[in-house]
Amino acid sequence: MNEDSEQHCPLSSEGRELVKMAHGGGGRATARLLDSLFRPAFDNPWLERQHDGAVLDMPGAMAFTTDSFVVRPLFFPGSDIGAMAVHGTVNDIAMCGAEPQYLSAGFILEEGLPLATLRRVVDSMAAAARETGVRIVTGDLKVVERGKADGLYINTAGVGRVVANHPIEPGQVRPGDRLLLSGDIGRHGIAVMAAREKLDLQSAIESDCASIAPPVMALLNEGIAIRCLRDLTRGGLASALVEVAETAGLAARIQEADIPVREDISAVCELLGLDPLHVANEGRFMAVVAPEDVDRAIDILRRHSVSEAAVDIGLFLEGSAGLVTAQSVIGGSRVVDMLSGEQLPRIC
Amino acid sequence: MKYRDEYRTADAARGYANAIARITTRPWTLMEVCGGQTNAIMRFGIDQLLPKEISLIHGPGCPVCVTPIDYIDKALDIAGTPGVILCTFGDMLRVPGTKSDLAAARAGGADVRVVYSPLEALAVARDHPGNEVVFFAVGFETTAPANAMTVYQADREGLVNFSVLVSQVLVPPAICALLDRPGNRIHGFLAAGHVCTITGYAEYEPIARQHRVPIVVTGFEPLDILEGVYRCIHQLERGESIVENQYSRAVRRPGNQLAQQVMESVFQIVPRHWRGMGEITASGLGVSPAYQTFDAEARFGAVISQDESQGECTSGAVLRGETRPDQCPAFGTRCTPEHPLGVTMVSEEGACAAYYRYRRQVRRPVE
Ligand code: SF4
Repeated sequence: MNEDSEQHCPLSSEGRELVKMAHGGGGRATARLLDSLFRPAFDNPWLERQHDGAVLDMPGAMAFTTDSFVVRPLFFPGSDIGAMAVHGTVNDIAMCGAEPQYLSAGFILEEGLPLATLRRVVDSMAAAARETGVRIVTGDLKVVERGKADGLYINTAGVGRVVANHPIEPGQVRPGDRLLLSGDIGRHGIAVMAAREKLDLQSAIESDCASIAPPVMALLNEGIAIRCLRDLTRGGLASALVEVAETAGLAARIQEADIPVREDISAVCELLGLDPLHVANEGRFMAVVAPEDVDRAIDILRRHSVSEAAVDIGLFLEGSAGLVTAQSVIGGSRVVDMLSGEQLPRIC
Repeated sequence: MKYRDEYRTADAARGYANAIARITTRPWTLMEVCGGQTNAIMRFGIDQLLPKEISLIHGPGCPVCVTPIDYIDKALDIAGTPGVILCTFGDMLRVPGTKSDLAAARAGGADVRVVYSPLEALAVARDHPGNEVVFFAVGFETTAPANAMTVYQADREGLVNFSVLVSQVLVPPAICALLDRPGNRIHGFLAAGHVCTITGYAEYEPIARQHRVPIVVTGFEPLDILEGVYRCIHQLERGESIVENQYSRAVRRPGNQLAQQVMESVFQIVPRHWRGMGEITASGLGVSPAYQTFDAEARFGAVISQDESQGECTSGAVLRGETRPDQCPAFGTRCTPEHPLGVTMVSEEGACAAYYRYRRQVRRPVE
């Protein structure tokens, strides 16, 4: 292929093609990238209309959220930035008691990023969206100079139809309400850290990145009195729990022995001086439910693969707002706090 | 399996706690030397299981905490030198120097990189032949062999752009210094298992004999610590003072001789300033003359000792085991991990941070 034909068809030799400033210029190069890469991957009538925005038909209450994704490396065991960008926003919508429906996707690409890498990310987003039943209906693309970004950043925003017929928020939590955890914790954070720092781990630790909308919809459809939902992303279980307790004006108590942490995860945490309660997850959530609903809720959660290891780990009670205590595995008690600052591995 | 094992653990812990209560007839004060053990005690609530006669006090066992401010300032100074890449373990980033810390220096444009092992710093030096790469080698005997290994390796490879800023400290001289302090009230020690994995424990035997204190080499799991306490109290109640090895699954009396050899060939024993304890003779390691070209102090100028004014922070006394973090008037109010007044609140391994993380009952700091 000669230079000339390459100019006409920038994607024909995609394996070697790199993102250029022109791809973000809004001109022909941008249009070609949209036509050849994004529209076919996300494939839906809204994008086909090639309008400035998407017109959506959404009666009733809606949940609306946005999140930006800046993970390094872009691909890591078990997932990648694309799937995360879809699941992260879908999960936030689900946490509002809503069924995720439409997403927007904004990309900031670094000049020099291989188009093949971009395609992998976009394909992964498309697959995640298909699997979750959401449509990526509008978007944006910018290119920044080489060295100004880690390859690519993605922002997604999403809307969904509210299914819950009552507010799902920390203010609804009552003393005595139980705290359910949807599965084992710590996998995403450790998988990314291991990939980023090239830690040579004996076992394969894969991110738990997944959509948690299905079990949440099931809980709602079966009439479980959910008081509050929280996904356990950055800051982990500890931060989510302290935040909810603080806003609810209540204390909380958990049993450490009941919190599932895989042995390999706890070994790595031990080694690096990290607390699994602080490590990020991308497919885990906690649900606060009325005490009388606990057994039924756990039953429902366990029917879904993303929450098949759901457990009851504790409860909310009267006490200092935001004071979360954990009963340790040997029967002592300690305070559980949010992480202060960045999580840093220790010396020895 | 998991749940069953953990219940067993709880049962075993109760078993130890009961046994300790049975043999305890009077008040005893034990010091755990290692910050990892302090954290385990707080995290698992081990002290809550012990009879009230037993006080656990926390020693100078956090390598970050005892590193004097002079070294932090030197590291900042080096990091600010054009063309330098400073590599360090993550927990040194937030430790305040006189004017700034390494995290702030990094935000301000200095090339400060967090590594997980000292050998990674060596790789950085290989990959950046045009830069001076300095590794900030901090820690007790646990980190010394690996840090020594990097120097040894750099020498073998003929790397000319690599050096180490060494602030290594040794535990036994610090134990002696604590025992020699007037008003010392320590009856027995839990010695740090990890340290003894390297050094063994023969060195502790004369200390136990001369000062008449039991020393039990102890691991880091809750049951290790409870067993360490049990053995220590058992000795005290019988009037004995010997060195016992609770952590026999990892520690042998002579230690790891290969590791000791590397340490001894690259480093030499030097007097070292400890935060909170002043200078202790023969308590540190510095680069030996044979490897002097790899000594960052030879390349960037020697560390200058300065007066250590801590203002209202009493972390010196905390490190000496003379006061507990929650007895400090600033604890949890004016001093929090977000706004630390002293290094024992900054370091993950620090006693004040451990108390704040696991014991604080009042949540909101007074602004
Ligand atoms: S609580 Fe803060 S001020 Fe008090 S001793 Fe600890 S670090 Fe220093």
